[in-house]
Amino acid sequence: MADEAGGLVIDPMHQFQIHPLFGEGPLTWYTPTNQTLWLGIAVVVISLLMLIGSAPRKVIPGRTQSITELLYTFIHDMVEEVTGHEGAKFFPYLMVLFTFIVTSNLLGLIPGSFAPTSHIAVTAVLALMVFLTVTLVGFYKKGIGFLGMFWVSSAPLVLRPILALIELISYFVRPLSHSIRLGGNIMAGHAVMKVFAGFAGVMGIASIVPIAAIAAIYGLELLVAVVQAYVFTILTCVYLRDAVGEAHH
Amino acid sequence: MSTTETVAGAAGEASQKGMPQLNFATWPNQVFWLLVALVIIYIVLTKIAMPRIASVLAERKGRISGDLAAAEELKSKAKAAEKAYNLALEQARVEAGKIILATKAEIQKDLNAAMADADAQISAKAAESEKRIAEIRAGAVQAVSEVARETAGALVVALGGTADDAAIEAAVAARLKG
Repeated sequence: MADEAGGLVIDPMHQFQIHPLFGEGPLTWYTPTNQTLWLGIAVVVISLLMLIGSAPRKVIPGRTQSITELLYTFIHDMVEEVTGHEGAKFFPYLMVLFTFIVTSNLLGLIPGSFAPTSHIAVTAVLALMVFLTVTLVGFYKKGIGFLGMFWVSSAPLVLRPILALIELISYFVRPLSHSIRLGGNIMAGHAVMKVFAGFAGVMGIASIVPIAAIAAIYGLELLVAVVQAYVFTILTCVYLRDAVGEAHH
Repeated sequence: MSTTETVAGAAGEASQKGMPQLNFATWPNQVFWLLVALVIIYIVLTKIAMPRIASVLAERKGRISGDLAAAEELKSKAKAAEKAYNLALEQARVEAGKIILATKAEIQKDLNAAMADADAQISAKAAESEKRIAEIRAGAVQAVSEVARETAGALVVALGGTADDAAIEAAVAARLKG
């Protein structure tokens, strides 16, 4: 792909390689990999933050307690606002989603680290979990009436079958767009930084330009890391509203 | 079907080439470890962290609303106290006014009594003095008429007449009147 361009060797995708953490052996389904390591680090970071932050239980919170409470109320308000009171029981689920994605994204920005959320496998599992939850809860709550969201009753009768087809397709495209939006954003950001880093290695004194560019893109990627986690979570809320809330069409 | 098989088969060896994301040979591994991570996070959050945070937030909310209610109560108490104070002040004013009026009336009464007393004393003294003056005057008139009668009798005798008491008396009285 981006192999040789006049002696310049840039392989921006190499950073996404998954390899066994110990030894060379074949990659089985349980082999601990570099991705496993960073998933574990994310788990440890989240657990420490949430446990240390929730331990003091002070009425006037300290710094760590403020962060956890901010996270908690932020997601709680989002769930209540978007899915309504009915969706509030999905709050723990969304809390896990948001904390995991935002932590993975931010940890992935540490130079030399690995972002699990840059892998479509990871984001696809997250998105499929949301898709299955919405579909199952929708049918459980509304029965066959859940299909009513595909039948746009506010549209002219002639258009309704066509709109139903479009709605149906868009419904099944959701997990795809949901997962690729997150994975693609993280992957692209990391790849772009790698490309600039490759330039910086061969440009001598002029490499100040790509280094400045990396610094700028790094700032952007910090924003992207948080925004994409937010987008993933709020889209999950929007999808859940279809399943539990009033029809919004 | 055959194409997907070749892709999957080649993915293992050709992973150094294409996108690592599309190397499906790594997917079972990724999915397994992701699910492990999510389950651990879920347990930590729902069993420990979130109940704690929820209780702290509820406690804070209760505390704040309790404090607000207490402040409201104190405010109403202060208002009541102010009202009571104003009322007491008003009452004291009224009371003071009453006392002033009563005292004034009492003083007036005393004054009137003293004045009446003094007037009575003065008029009594004046009446007494008048009586004395009248007595003195009467005494003087009598003395004068007596002296005049005696003088007139002596004159009559000296002139060689006989003193007729009744005639002298009448003459003196006539003179004194004139």
